Amino acid sequence: MESIFFFVVAAVAVISGILVVTCKNPINSALSLVMTFFCLATFYVMLDAPFMAVTQVIVYAGAIMVLIVFVIMLLNVKTETVKRGSHAVISGTVIGVFVLFQTCWFLMKGSMTGQVGVMDKAMVVKSGHVELIGKALFTDFLLPFEITSLLLLAAIIGAVILAKKKI
Amino acid sequence: MLALNNYLIVSAILFAIGTVGVLTRRNAIVIFMCVEMMLNAVNLTFIAFSKYLGNIDGQVFVFFVMTVAAAEAAVGLALMIAFYKNRESIDVEDVNLMKL
Repeated sequence: MESIFFFVVAAVAVISGILVVTCKNPINSALSLVMTFFCLATFYVMLDAPFMAVTQVIVYAGAIMVLIVFVIMLLNVKTETVKRGSHAVISGTVIGVFVLFQTCWFLMKGSMTGQVGVMDKAMVVKSGHVELIGKALFTDFLLPFEITSLLLLAAIIGAVILAKKKI
Repeated sequence: MLALNNYLIVSAILFAIGTVGVLTRRNAIVIFMCVEMMLNAVNLTFIAFSKYLGNIDGQVFVFFVMTVAAAEAAVGLALMIAFYKNRESIDVEDVNLMKL
């Protein structure tokens, strides 16, 4: 049952991913990308990470995609009329297939390390996923968390200056 | 429980599709969306490993990747607006100011 559900969701994710690349109209690409994000959120739920699934839907499908769709409408981007040269398309596709084969090759050859941590489904159900994430974020990862705030501040300043000034 | 490789292969396929999109499309916004898709493929890998290794650290990393993606979206889209003001287009073929 779980595997049937997995393969249906995986098929939807891959098909909508292909649509992102092949659609002529950027709005259609954006909506297909939202579909991909929802499928990935479903995977996160299947992997016992409900908080990450909620964050995925709110941050990616909510905030980032709204920003992208907003910019597409603001700039009045037309459907692509002139395609890129066939050389670029062929070499890009070859490189993409090469990347896929390389990763699959490593998956076939590689094996996972034997060290397994303490987190499991019972722990997630018992103490809650948000609590686990919060504990890790504010103890082991406190310094990266603070640096992230600097990154966001720099992004805010950069976005305001780039959008405002006459460049 | 499903094998770990199922999730990793889906993630690899999504990453490869994103690579093809970045290399073949001309519209800067579509390229940007393909980069977001590649980031998401990596996120799926992180969470799958996090579950199968019983370690929460991978999910914290996904948190940081999402933050970087949000910052990238803000700055990248501001750059596109600035470029559109100059050239009336967001086609990457028109970005040739530094070309010899």
